[in-house]
Amino acid sequence: MASFDALIGENKRNTVLLVAVVTLVFCLLAAAIGLVVFGWESQSQNVTVMSHSRTYHDVIEAHQEYQGPSFAFVLAISIGAAIAVAAIMTLFSYFGGAAALMAVSHAREIQKSDDPQLWNVIEELSLAAGLPMPRVYLIDEPAMNAFATGRDPKHAAVAITAGLRQKLTRDELQGVMAHELSHVRNYDIRLTMFAAVMAGVVVLMADLFLRYLWFGGGQRRDSNSRGGNPLQLILLIFAIVLAILAPIFIKIIQLAISRQREYMADAAGVALTRYPEGLISALRKLETDEEPLHAVTRATAHLFIVNPLKAEDQRSHLKASNLFQTHPDLEDRIARLQSIGTAAAPGK
Amino acid sequence: MDVKSGFTGLACLAAVALGAVLFVVALWFIFAYNGLVRLRNTVKEAWAQIDVQLKRRCDLIPNIVETVKGYAAHERETLENVVKARQAGLSATGVKEQAEADNMITGALGKLFALSEAYPNLKANENFLALQEELSSTENKIAFSRQYYNDSVRTFNTKIQVFPTTIVAGLFHFQPADFFEVTDAAQREAPIVKF
Repeated sequence: MASFDALIGENKRNTVLLVAVVTLVFCLLAAAIGLVVFGWESQSQNVTVMSHSRTYHDVIEAHQEYQGPSFAFVLAISIGAAIAVAAIMTLFSYFGGAAALMAVSHAREIQKSDDPQLWNVIEELSLAAGLPMPRVYLIDEPAMNAFATGRDPKHAAVAITAGLRQKLTRDELQGVMAHELSHVRNYDIRLTMFAAVMAGVVVLMADLFLRYLWFGGGQRRDSNSRGGNPLQLILLIFAIVLAILAPIFIKIIQLAISRQREYMADAAGVALTRYPEGLISALRKLETDEEPLHAVTRATAHLFIVNPLKAEDQRSHLKASNLFQTHPDLEDRIARLQSIGTAAAPGK
Repeated sequence: MDVKSGFTGLACLAAVALGAVLFVVALWFIFAYNGLVRLRNTVKEAWAQIDVQLKRRCDLIPNIVETVKGYAAHERETLENVVKARQAGLSATGVKEQAEADNMITGALGKLFALSEAYPNLKANENFLALQEELSSTENKIAFSRQYYNDSVRTFNTKIQVFPTTIVAGLFHFQPADFFEVTDAAQREAPIVKF
């Protein structure tokens, strides 16, 4: 029975690693851009200081003369500003995210009398997980999908499409809802929100920076850096390369986190139901679904139990690589669940 | 003079360091103690939740008995068994007696639902279907709240047994909680309620 515990532990470690990498790339990009943009502006002063000064006394004098910001100062300000922007954006999605999401997805809140069985299944699993009962939403679409949202278990909500609701048996429904409640229990919504905001800010920073170089910054740089020192040039090249690569890299990591959490929710869901077969057979049904989900955008795709844009992705070249998927391969998820099933059976 | 001031300086430093260490240790003690209290309350709450669900099942039984009576009044024995089991459940005192009564109820209800297969009219009754869903869901809720109780007990017991929280647990006499164990072998095979 220790098998899903081990799986959950492994997923947690992977997530910590991925979050660390995201934060590192984020700070690196902020620092590089800040140093190029602001370090460059005051470069005629500051860099003269760095390249021409021979003695400590000269440095002091040069600083007093030009009042240019120091390397460390620019570094701290750039990273600080980027983190502040990310924090503000996080706050917005933190408090308004769930309601906005439900509106975007055309979800309708239901009560117990609307669908007692669905309600009961969710209530049962809330008891198993020790969570308060989440709000329940129904999306009136024939496509098969489900998702969970909310910043913490007290503000959680789960949504399911009418198509999925109708096609699942009670056991399968239990498997799917256990998966969704595991997202709630593990604070996955918070994590994916963090990843999405970080990715958003990185794209924003890189974009602004490249535009800055293209238009205004370029000319100033030409006039100023004539005869400038090699460190500045290296920094500039580094910043440009980073600005081009970081958004792609962050996106890949964001998707890796998303996939990681899907595996984890599968494992944790089975830890609740102690019945992997329910989720396995639900995933098999989801696999056959050809109906496109209309109330979905790229921004909300990662929240669903299976990739709602599967058909669209397969038409484009994205299917070529798992790297660009919000969700792991269904076959792989089923295989992992089956390994839990066989490992758990003797202990049961 | 120099030596003396050096000594007092060192003593000050040592005192500050010692104070800092004590402060951190005290802080850790508070957090560890609060964490244990929180876990103990979770265990208690989880136990109370089981009772809530058991009570709910007893509340639902008269309704289902009435509904079934309307269609299958001559199945007197099965119906009486359900009522009897419910009575036993309500009057049971002590964990063991309660557990026995619960098994009786689960068994009697299982028979009742099995019997309903033979009455197409009953199976088509919406009220009956709703009650059946409610009762089988309550059975699940009982099972899941027991599972959650055991999960909480496991977390709590591990916490008071591992170092270093075991020190705090020992000082404040935190006792390990008991798992809910299935004593009756027959209960391992939960009756399958067909829909």
